Amino acid sequence: MNDLRHRIHHNGGLLAAIGLFIVMFIIYVSNHPVGLTAAVATTASNKAVLLALVAMAQTLPVLTRGLDLSVGMVFILANCLASVLVVGTIGEGFLGIAIVLGAGALAGFINGAIIVWGRLQPIITTLATGAVYYGIALYVRPGPGGDVQSDIADFATGQLFGVIPTALVVLLAIVLIVWLPYRNSVLGRAAYAVGSNEQAAYMSGVPVQRAKLLAYTLAGFLAAIGGLMLTFNTYSGEASAPIAGTYTLNSIAAVVIGGTSLFGGWGSAIGSIFGAFVLRTIEDLLFVFDLDPLWQPLFQGVVLLAAVSLGALRVLRIRNRLELFA
Amino acid sequence: MSDAAPILEMKHVSKRYGGIAALNEVDFVAYPGEIHAVLGENGAGKSTLIKIAAGVTDPSDGEVFVDGRRVNFRNPTEAMAAGVVCVFQELSLLPDLTVADNLSIVSPPLRGGLIDSAGQRQRARELLASIGCEDVHPLELVRDLPLSRRQMVEIAKALGKKPKLLILDEATSALTAADVERVYAIIRKLRSEGVGILYVSHRMHEIEALADVATVFRNGRRIETFRKGERSVSAIVQMMIGRELTHHYPDKPAPKPAEPVALSAKNLSWGAQLRDISLDIRKGEIVGLGGLDGQGQRSLLLALFGVLKGVSGTVEIVGKPHRLSGPRSAMRASLPLALIPEDRKTEGLMLPMNIRDNISLASLSRFQKGLRLDGGKEHSAVERIIDSLKIKISDLAAAVSTLSGGNQQKVVLAKWLMTDPGIILLNDPTRGIDVGTKQEVYQLLRDLADKGVAVLFYSTDYAELIGCCDRVLVMYNGSIARELEGQHLNERTIIETALNVDDKEQAA
Repeated sequence: MNDLRHRIHHNGGLLAAIGLFIVMFIIYVSNHPVGLTAAVATTASNKAVLLALVAMAQTLPVLTRGLDLSVGMVFILANCLASVLVVGTIGEGFLGIAIVLGAGALAGFINGAIIVWGRLQPIITTLATGAVYYGIALYVRPGPGGDVQSDIADFATGQLFGVIPTALVVLLAIVLIVWLPYRNSVLGRAAYAVGSNEQAAYMSGVPVQRAKLLAYTLAGFLAAIGGLMLTFNTYSGEASAPIAGTYTLNSIAAVVIGGTSLFGGWGSAIGSIFGAFVLRTIEDLLFVFDLDPLWQPLFQGVVLLAAVSLGALRVLRIRNRLELFA
Repeated sequence: MSDAAPILEMKHVSKRYGGIAALNEVDFVAYPGEIHAVLGENGAGKSTLIKIAAGVTDPSDGEVFVDGRRVNFRNPTEAMAAGVVCVFQELSLLPDLTVADNLSIVSPPLRGGLIDSAGQRQRARELLASIGCEDVHPLELVRDLPLSRRQMVEIAKALGKKPKLLILDEATSALTAADVERVYAIIRKLRSEGVGILYVSHRMHEIEALADVATVFRNGRRIETFRKGERSVSAIVQMMIGRELTHHYPDKPAPKPAEPVALSAKNLSWGAQLRDISLDIRKGEIVGLGGLDGQGQRSLLLALFGVLKGVSGTVEIVGKPHRLSGPRSAMRASLPLALIPEDRKTEGLMLPMNIRDNISLASLSRFQKGLRLDGGKEHSAVERIIDSLKIKISDLAAAVSTLSGGNQQKVVLAKWLMTDPGIILLNDPTRGIDVGTKQEVYQLLRDLADKGVAVLFYSTDYAELIGCCDRVLVMYNGSIARELEGQHLNERTIIETALNVDDKEQAA
């Protein structure tokens, strides 16, 4: 019982994000002209999973008290690479997928290496490398196009057993195969330790450098998965700077809505998934209520502010003003 | 000396930072099964010695042997692997992680390559039980624990690494008296198991209670190593400071009942931490706050400085009502208040900022000239106060983080003295600073009182309260248990009241 109380206390932000998403999604479905059919769910999932993956990617550097401004660019780079490499037979397609994921991980590793060994600040490092990655994407695909292996693409954006959106299954698989083991690994724990107090972590003999390297590498890897899923949705690649930038900024918003602290050491990638879902559902809500999509950024901003304010509610309970600054 | 082979041996070890030698040609030996006290003022080289042993820094010169093997630790992990474990003065816990996570941060129990969280909780429970901390739940976040519990968790963490040489650096500074006894018992048990222990403390009675051997450092050199009982306390103090100590504390003047009351608080309450506290402090008076750690002393000082919200009761400053609405209004009261905080590193100083900016920070408005600061005026005012407090600095523009602990604390004092306070609240200002600086602080407080400043002085060191204060208010469980004055102000009455042992007599 006591254990449970502690666990709820630890996961307050995550639970709030899940709750907010459920409320918004129920409003959406109950006002949808068709209701919750497999097709409606699949369309919603395919869109939401893209941001969810990029937000998961963003979570890892944020947990180490860093930030990765290049996630959106790696996402787009993976998209452009995939549109060139994931072609031909199914076998060749899978080879291409492996190369794209490897490239994403490499991009993340380069970020981490510069931050760890070059001792540069994450924001400026990833701002610079992000521009480089976007430049490569532009070189790979100067104009929109490509012809992606359609069997893989159709499968990844379709439904399993005719009902369950495959994209959601992919996301769940990544949570189970990548996130949960990472969360419970020594280096994953080390990432939280580094974000919580880097000096104390070092003094405790925590592998600080390896933890950061892995966090950024995995971030690149996850962003590349997102880029692949984008490719499967569009069957093509496009080096779009606005999309890259939007995904980067929305990933930070999703991380915050999901209850992860930008000060590091606190939060989870699962929270970020629901943070991403919340942001996507806003768009869908505008659609069912027949509002002009131009309102979307405004509403996203309002929800972000509301989520941040919700997280700050504790301030009202604080009776020692010093804790306001802790 | 002991027959056993040394667990730690240093030969001609030196460490230079820039041109300054923090350690100078030091030979040092510690044996297993011995508690070895390391003594010296701040800046004497103790911390550097420990850092070298624990792999935090490497020596510029000389050789280090652990267990007879020549070592050259590149980081704390390598030192831990060799059995050298350090409990640092600055806590090395991770605030956002649970107690269980923290206790197993380096080598957690694994299952299938991943962290076994159930096994880890079990391990945490056992470790906590071994130091008598069953009241700490393994899933509690470290940031939710009070400082004294954190320090116990820190010790549990070190024990969990099965040290061959355990280094304790001011490890009991925040502990309650009961916990200190438990820690002593643990240390003695480790000694009987053959663990070598290096014990750094500024509290002489702790060293008398624990140490088998003591080594005194001064100015980066080892002065002398001797066995328990071979040197008197005053001889040890003499070795540490290298100059004759005539008086430990400045003389107390006669009571001044005619002086006006500077600060008067009536019925202050705040949650469970402050219960119905009333007190008066006259101008020119040093009033001590005593009692066990965590009985509400810190909250009382914060409440008076306006940091706490929702405090009930009234406060008057020289007879006029004063609203507790924050540090800025406290500083603008008719007798301005100043609070010297407990933790100079987080609440007292801007560590990366330079010494001048730190000192003038609280009184910048007086250097304002139009829209900008009058740099010349600021500079000369800062230099004056640095002179008067004898702060040892090389350069006003150096970061305050480059100073030793004692000098950092003087910078905090300088910052607040610059605001010309009429009432000074001090939260354990001598914790972790060296003997020489402590005495300067005592003299400073007395000088201020002689000039009419009212002082409220919380200290965890009973001797300091007795030596320094005109009156002492002993707190217990959020209220003032007793006021001690004159002949009643002695160690015995303070401890009795602090432990609330004479409760029944008073009730009868």
